[in-house]
Formats: sequence, C-alpha cells, structure tokens
Amino acid sequence: MSGEKPVKLLDEKGIRTDGRKPNELRPLKIQVGLLKNADGSAYIELGRNKIIVAVYGPREAHPRHVVIPDRAIVRCRYHMAPFSVDERKSPGFSRREIELSKVIREALEPAIFIEEFPRTAIDIFIEVLEADGGTRTASITAASVALADAGIPLKDLVAATAIGKINGQLVIDLNGLEDQYGEGDMPIAMMPSLGQITLLQADGRFSGEEFEEGLKMAINAIKKIYRIQKEALKKRYLEISKEVLESE
Amino acid sequence: MNDKSELIISKIKKETILSLLRKNERIDNRALDEYRKIQITTGLIGKANGSAIVKLGDTTVITGVKIQIDKPFPDTPDRGIQIVNAELIPLASPIFEPGPPGEDDVELSRVVDRGLRSAEIIKLDELVLIPGEKVWAIFIDIYALDYGGNIIDAAALASVSAILTTKYNKAVIENGDVRITDEQVPLPLGSIPVFVTIAKIGDKLIVDPSYEEELVMDARITFVIDDNNNITGIQKGHPGTFTYGELIEAKNLAIRVSKELREKLPSVHNE
Amino acid sequence: MTIYVKSKQVVIPGEPLAYGRYEYQGPIYIVRQRIYSKVIGIVEIEDKKKLILIPLKGKYMPREGDIVIGKIVDVGLTGWTVDINSPYKAVLPVSEVLSRPTDAVKLDLSKLLDIGDLIVAKILAFDYTRDPLLTIKESKLGKITKGTLVEITPVKIPRVIGKKGSMINLLKNMLHVELVIGKNGRILVVGDDPLMEAWAVMAIKKIEREAHIPGLTNRIKKFLSKVKTDKKAGLSSQGNISGVKRVK
Repeated sequence: MSGEKPVKLLDEKGIRTDGRKPNELRPLKIQVGLLKNADGSAYIELGRNKIIVAVYGPREAHPRHVVIPDRAIVRCRYHMAPFSVDERKSPGFSRREIELSKVIREALEPAIFIEEFPRTAIDIFIEVLEADGGTRTASITAASVALADAGIPLKDLVAATAIGKINGQLVIDLNGLEDQYGEGDMPIAMMPSLGQITLLQADGRFSGEEFEEGLKMAINAIKKIYRIQKEALKKRYLEISKEVLESE
Repeated sequence: MNDKSELIISKIKKETILSLLRKNERIDNRALDEYRKIQITTGLIGKANGSAIVKLGDTTVITGVKIQIDKPFPDTPDRGIQIVNAELIPLASPIFEPGPPGEDDVELSRVVDRGLRSAEIIKLDELVLIPGEKVWAIFIDIYALDYGGNIIDAAALASVSAILTTKYNKAVIENGDVRITDEQVPLPLGSIPVFVTIAKIGDKLIVDPSYEEELVMDARITFVIDDNNNITGIQKGHPGTFTYGELIEAKNLAIRVSKELREKLPSVHNE
Repeated sequence: MTIYVKSKQVVIPGEPLAYGRYEYQGPIYIVRQRIYSKVIGIVEIEDKKKLILIPLKGKYMPREGDIVIGKIVDVGLTGWTVDINSPYKAVLPVSEVLSRPTDAVKLDLSKLLDIGDLIVAKILAFDYTRDPLLTIKESKLGKITKGTLVEITPVKIPRVIGKKGSMINLLKNMLHVELVIGKNGRILVVGDDPLMEAWAVMAIKKIEREAHIPGLTNRIKKFLSKVKTDKKAGLSSQGNISGVKRVK
C-alpha cells in the first residue's frame, strides 16, 4: 500500500478507473495448448495482464534425489519478465516471486492426484509478460488449465480472483492502480466443484464482516471464471469436431 | 546437509494425534484453542535498538531492531523505511539447510512485514527527517534459534515485542541538517497486530500447531488481527484446502484468541 | 441415479458425470456417490448403466506385459537405460537380451545395442519403487532395423488398433505395411515402399487428431482410398515382422 492516492479510484457513480462496476470482472480470455514442447500449456489475458504457463510432467526429476517415493513433487516457478512492468524489473528472482511461486504451488497441488506418480516431478512454469494487478490469481487460473491440458489427473480445476477495498467499498478483481492505492487486497483460489479454497491471502484492513462478504463475492466470481476455463479446454476438441464433420 | 528423516512422522505418532483430535484432545494436553507457554524477554541485545527473544513451547526466535538514517525509496520520499528479514538458520533444526534464503524464509519475512505494515505498527510517515533526502530506516531481523512448530506466530511476537521496546536517539533538524540528540525515544506507534496461526487436521481447527502437529496438518492459515479486531493480514499455507465455513470459523477463532495473546505483549515502556 | 452427460461428450477434470451406482471404466473418482472425471476426455455411456471415460491426453504409465518401443539412451556395464516415453526410464539388463551366458568384463555392450538404437521390448516388471524392467528375449521382440517411427499420445493407441483390430487391419491392408504398436504411444511402420510408410504416418496422425469424433473408421477408409498402391509389392504375411531383429 503506497501513501498518497493520485487518482480517484471510485467516482461519484461508483464506477472504477477502468469503467467497471464494483462487482465486474475484467475481460478474460484463455487459450489452451499453444506450446508444442510443453505437455500442457495455457495463455491468459485478464484486463491488461498477459501470462503464459507451461506444464511439464509427470516426468523424471533432476536432481534425482529430490523425488518422493510415494508421490510426485510439484515445482512451480513464477517469474515476471523485465518488460512486464512500468519500471524495468531486474531479470533475477525477487523475494516476491519466490513467495508467489510457493503460494501458487500450494494453491494448485491440492487439486493434483500426486499419489498416482511416485518418484516423478510435475513442473509448472509461469511467465508474466505484462502485469496489471492480480497476476498471481490469473496465473493460477491459467496454470490449472495447463495442468488439465497436459492430461494430468485432477480433482477439479482451480480458479482464482482477488477482492479489494477501495473507498471503503468491496470490489472484485483489482487492476494495477487499485492494487497499489486501495485499502485492501485479498487473493483467493478455489476448486469450484468441490468448494475447497486452496489460496487465501490478505493485505490491508478488513473487518470480520468485510472478510465474509468479500469471500462470498469472490466465490461467485470464481464460478464465472470456471465457466470460461471449461469452455477454453473443450474448445479445441469441439473445433476439430466441427472441422471434420463439416468436411463430410 | 539437512536430515530429511526428521520430516517423516511415525505412523503410530500420526495415528495418536488423529485419534486424540477426534476426541478434541491434543498430544500435549492442550485445548484446541490454547497456545503453548509463552515467554518473552526484551532488551537483551545492548547493541540493538530493540530486541526480543520469544519462547513459544519448543520454538525459540530472536528479533533484533536496528535503526539508522537512510535515503528514502524514490516512490515514497515522505515515508520512513521498514525492512523485515527472517532466516531459518541450520542452528535451529536439522531440517534447515545452510545457504541463501529459501521460500520458507522469504514467506516468513514477507508475511511478518505485511502484517506489521498493514496494521501500521510503526507510523512510517512520522519517521521523515528531510523529505526526499533523509528518513529513519527500521531494520527488523528475525532469526529462528530452535524450531518446534509455528514459527510465524513466534516470529511475530518477537518482532512486535522488539518494536514496542525499541529506543533510539531522537534527531532534530538544525540549519537544514540533521543533528542526533542524546534523548532516547520510542518509535511512533500505531495499531498493534497479533498473529494467530491455525492448523487444519482432518476437520479440526487447532491453534498454535506444534512441530509434530505441523507434520500431520492438511493446511494452515494465519490471521493478523489489529487492536480494533480488524484483519490486517491473512496467509494460507501448505498444500491443503479450507471450505468457506472453515474459513469463517477460523477467522472467528483467530479474533477470539488474539485477545489473550495480546495480553502477553510487553507494554511500551517495559525493559 | 442420474447421468449428467451425453455419450461422446468432451468432459474436463472435476466435471460430474453421474450420481449413483454405475459401472465405470477409466480415470474417474467418486465422492459421496457422485462420479467425477479426473481428466480431459470423452465419456461414452453403454446401455445407460456403464460409463466409459477415455482420456484425450496422458503420459504412458508402464504395466507388466505391455509391448513398448524404446530408445537406448545409455550403455552401462550390465545393461542399458531405455527411454520408453514415460515419466519412468526403463532398464534392460544384458541377461534379458542374450540367451547365452555372458562375461560382463569382456563384453562391450555398445556392440550389441548402442545409444540411439530402437527396440521392441516387453515390460517384465514395474512396481513404482524401481524403474521398469524390460526384456527383448521373446519372439517378435528385438532391435529395430528399418521402418518409420511415429509417436502419438499413448492414450490414443487403442484407437489405432480399433475394435477387434479393425483399424490396424485397415491400415495394413490398404497400405501393405506392417505395424508394430507400442503401448507407450510409439508405432513402427514397415513397408517396402517409403511412400506407403508416409501415408501410414499421416493416417495415424489423423486418427490421433480425430479420435474423439464418431465415424473415424470410415473417414480413414476414405482418406486412404486416395492412395495408389502397387499391387505387386506384397509383404510377407503376419507372424513375420520384417523390421525387428533378434539381438545375438
């Protein structure tokens, strides 16, 4: 949270800086299977965020001593490209990227049937190409699709979004400005079919009631995101079907 | 090299923990909402502006606060600096490896930093000497000395206690320059945050997990509560899940338990 | 008891397929009597009481008895390491290659099988705690000496075989080629005419792409009817796979 607010985050009619209402998500687009080498891949655009995810695995792990005898290990690398933000970011891994790599892994791992692949590794690589608030939750949404695209058995997809607070009002899906200058930020990830929350963090200040209200708002938004993930996964196969059946 | 065998809990021990929990009991006879014994000692380190050693059950953590004058960050020329660095050093446990900070060290540093910052325990805007040029920088360094579970709450108690008892030399502006006086003053303080970590084992929520309980837990969640019972931080950890209902229950539990925990903190003028 | 999906529908991980006691086959899991898919796949409903889930993607998991096509990637002192297109690397001991007793000190294994050689092997043992063990000592197994190798996603192999071998026989008869099908997604095509081998590869890739669309057999028949075959170039009849040689 920075100090001064140079912009008005919410106007008199309750409209946000990018024209959205408090309960509105940014435009969301997901593309599946765009990389050839990866076992599974997905590309997501959420507002101005552009993130690509590649999944490799289950595969042999290197170094070999990291494997676990009765399940797969899940490794996650969240990285932001130097050109993805306003002021060029140095190419190495910042502490923020290290923490996000961890929490993203912990958000996705519960969905994977890791006991089916002893002594192997499942690697998730996330590269943020352009960032504008909410990259960790957009990454989770895309990574879950990439895992499904890789044919890895999952209990459910994982969909994610963030609740924020601007001018005392709860809003969904914070953009970059709102993230920086708002009063609170609460990212949430969930397996929608099972109602299990796999990521929850918060920063800023929320009352107990705002916490409950915010969770409910997020769960509703997550259901919408889930529908888009589902469509994106099925799309490829449906397009091939259409192509084939039309040519007959 | 680290000893992985310490990370494997025997099946018998695991079964014991689970069967006791089914009766709402824990292996060390605590209630589900009870913290282990807490001992806080402040002011031990003479060279630090503030320090605290916390013993929370078998976990021991030390936090030292050092204050110096620095140039402010370019995007916040009118605010002091707060930097939190935590390390899980091999001294504290056979499971910690030597080397640069890993993801657990980084997570701990950032969770404590965010919790302190969002509550505004240190009023950073009152630490400016010459805007854009000189501000006070507060370094909060946390070292694990003995790892027995729930490092987050122990680290937070140590950091808050050290901050509350920190003294530094007041500085004044004379002729456009900074002069350090002999007067010792405390830090400008805002709301005081209390960190409550809850582990989920099966369908039970328990407060302040011990090391063995951590080996068995499905997931953990830390709530940071300020002195108005507002939530100023949340961090879910470990690859498990919570339902909506469990989160509400955990939130209420954290707020309730934070009151007792708050009483353990030293008062500002304690030494 | 309800079925939520239609036969031949594409389903995603976490998608509920049915509620109640049904017979089932494929990667599914059950929570409180509700049957969910673990992967992206096609569900078929048999007689309104059996659900068959066919994955659209997935890695090859070794099973004892499976015939696989492997690639030698390392030569050791007592055997070879073999890549079988799986998260697990396989081991081929020299005792499973030669029938005669061997003197390990005197033998240069690379003279028998070298890095890059392809083999048709059978999985003798695999139990997740150790790498899969291979043999090439049985009939129809051995080193591959000619032909074209094509790799498809392992889960589509049954479609290349077809019901009671209908698809594989179609390819053999229309193109006059022999096919060695590895359960690990690798197929060896051997024909006297390299053009026929190329057509077979194209047909196999088409099967992989369109496996989820009904009417596949007819479409492949139509696709191959464009091929002009040289009636003189008959191959030796079954029982004699000409691309695979015993190692002595």
